[in-house]
Amino acid sequence: MEGKKEKFKNPLSLQIDPDLFAPATDEEKAMQGVDKESVSFMRDALRRLAANRLAMVCLCVIVLVSLIAFIVPSFYPYTYEKTDVQGALMPPFQYSPKEQAKIDKGQTVFPHIMGTDELGRDYAIRVIYGTRISLLVGIIAAVIVVIIGIIYGSISGFFGGRVDMIMMRIVDIIYSLPDVLIVILLSVAIKDIVRSSNSIMVMRLGAGMISIFLVFGLLYWVGMARQVRGQILSIKEQEYVLASRSIGASPARIIRKHMIPNCVSVIIIVAALQIPNAIFTESFLSFLGLGVSMPMPSLGSLASDARTSMQSRPYLLVFPALSIFLIVLSFNLLGSGLRDAFDPKLRA
Amino acid sequence: MNAKLAKYMFKRLGMALLTIFLVIVITFFTMHAIPANPFSSSTGRAISEDILKAMEAKYGFDQPVHIQFVRYLGGVLRFDFGPSISVTGSTVYDLIKGGISYSARIGFSGAAIAIILGIFLGVIAALNRGRWIDKTVQVITTALVSMPSFVMATLLLLVFGKYLRWFNTIGSQAGGLVLPTVALSLYPMAYITRLERSSMLDVLGQDYIRTARAKGLPEYKVVFKHALKNALSPVITYAGPMMAYLLTGSMVVESIFLVPGLGQRFIKSMSSFDYMMTMGVTIFLAIIIVLLNFLCDILNKVMDPRIDLG
Repeated sequence: MEGKKEKFKNPLSLQIDPDLFAPATDEEKAMQGVDKESVSFMRDALRRLAANRLAMVCLCVIVLVSLIAFIVPSFYPYTYEKTDVQGALMPPFQYSPKEQAKIDKGQTVFPHIMGTDELGRDYAIRVIYGTRISLLVGIIAAVIVVIIGIIYGSISGFFGGRVDMIMMRIVDIIYSLPDVLIVILLSVAIKDIVRSSNSIMVMRLGAGMISIFLVFGLLYWVGMARQVRGQILSIKEQEYVLASRSIGASPARIIRKHMIPNCVSVIIIVAALQIPNAIFTESFLSFLGLGVSMPMPSLGSLASDARTSMQSRPYLLVFPALSIFLIVLSFNLLGSGLRDAFDPKLRA
Repeated sequence: MNAKLAKYMFKRLGMALLTIFLVIVITFFTMHAIPANPFSSSTGRAISEDILKAMEAKYGFDQPVHIQFVRYLGGVLRFDFGPSISVTGSTVYDLIKGGISYSARIGFSGAAIAIILGIFLGVIAALNRGRWIDKTVQVITTALVSMPSFVMATLLLLVFGKYLRWFNTIGSQAGGLVLPTVALSLYPMAYITRLERSSMLDVLGQDYIRTARAKGLPEYKVVFKHALKNALSPVITYAGPMMAYLLTGSMVVESIFLVPGLGQRFIKSMSSFDYMMTMGVTIFLAIIIVLLNFLCDILNKVMDPRIDLG
């Protein structure tokens, strides 16, 4: 190419060189290629998350704890409600007289890894069930918050104007309500309604659980709604939304196809930080005696019960406390890892 | 104080009053939705039909709900939350007054510890970014914000009260409020430390800090006068929610350390079906929380004029 150009004596000549319009060779085409593969935002963020070792460890802990909480009870030899008065308050790895007799006969008895409680119930399975309750509360609460927050926030942000103003005023008012007080109040009221109702479903869930879900559905979504609305407001001004609207896309389609995918990072971050919040609230209520109904254990109620024999048997407190600490710590660290991975402002 | 700020204050105050009214409405109608009334036999007390009628008439429970509500609302305006049902002879107001001194002492000293220590640790961590001090502070605060208040309180009770015997563990005795205060303040302290650290790092990276350094100001002046003042805004914003946390968290802490404060009375009222007390304390605490939030908002606005008044 260089050699051909030199044929021109006069660089200002307007005579066109036909060689310049020859088709590119394969080699030249290859030079045009992008030297880095294109990465979608989601893939990029997940890759950054995977590089964050602390967050990955936390994710593994959460997965492991969930597996234990949801699978172990199905084949564990003890249940959370079976009492054995003779074997009450045994330290770990001790057997009740009945079990000792079985062992003497040559049968194998599964050890009580964490001992038993004051009614002789196996403590390990109770802690596992309590963990399960905590995880369930956290995840269901996050789902409730995500659904309501997205719908409310995107409608408010998309339509703007007067609709937005009214909807955000409502959010402001809900935001300023003291949430914990209302949770307590509702669970006091619901506890009474639960006692007088005969529905098995309601009985098993317990007042605390129902009121937590209710309150998350009524109050806690406002944070999510605010974030989603803010995001939608800025996306609304982008050219691709204008383009979509100009070819006649319906508002629902624009929200679904353009806005929500672009809000995913905000949604993930807020939802992840909502989970420990819900777990805290549940354990707080259970500790006050407003949580799950009686035989069903919860980490909060286990810790509360353990207080009476705290000096002689501190392990009764340590196990549920450790469990809740581990879950909340993992979710907190994973949440901040997600924020680092998904926050575009931090992108280098 | 300019006109815009006054207008903002007025608007915020209206909002606060509306919130308080809403809390009263929610509280009142939730408690009235409960199927069992405080005197019915479902609470375990056998009362004859006549006495039940007389009791209901005495407390006004035989009136239609909306009249009861208006009457209750009128009472709340005069700090009259009605009579207590479980503690005969005393009103809810008396019980609140009796408990508030303990709760206020725990709450205010807890808030002071959390704010002072939190800001201090946050600044130290930010100034030593990446060094071992910063890392230690980060690890400890991360652990602390992952621990529920009842775990923290029972651990402190076990270690400092029972094993080391440094402090009295009965809240009403001398020195007995030290552990509950510490137990309550650790979570907000850790939270404030994290807030202050990140906001301080944010501010320290800004141009005017470089300018201040470039014109030769001593480092302490740059840090305390230029940076800290601007890095306080998130902490002030958090102060409102923190007070709410301290007030509700003290319920747990008070019942663990046997402090005869407002929180413990509130919990007792729930287990003894004293709905007047539950209602009264909820509304009382809500009023405090909403008013403190209002004050924090105004304070933040006065300290940082950049905040949009909206």
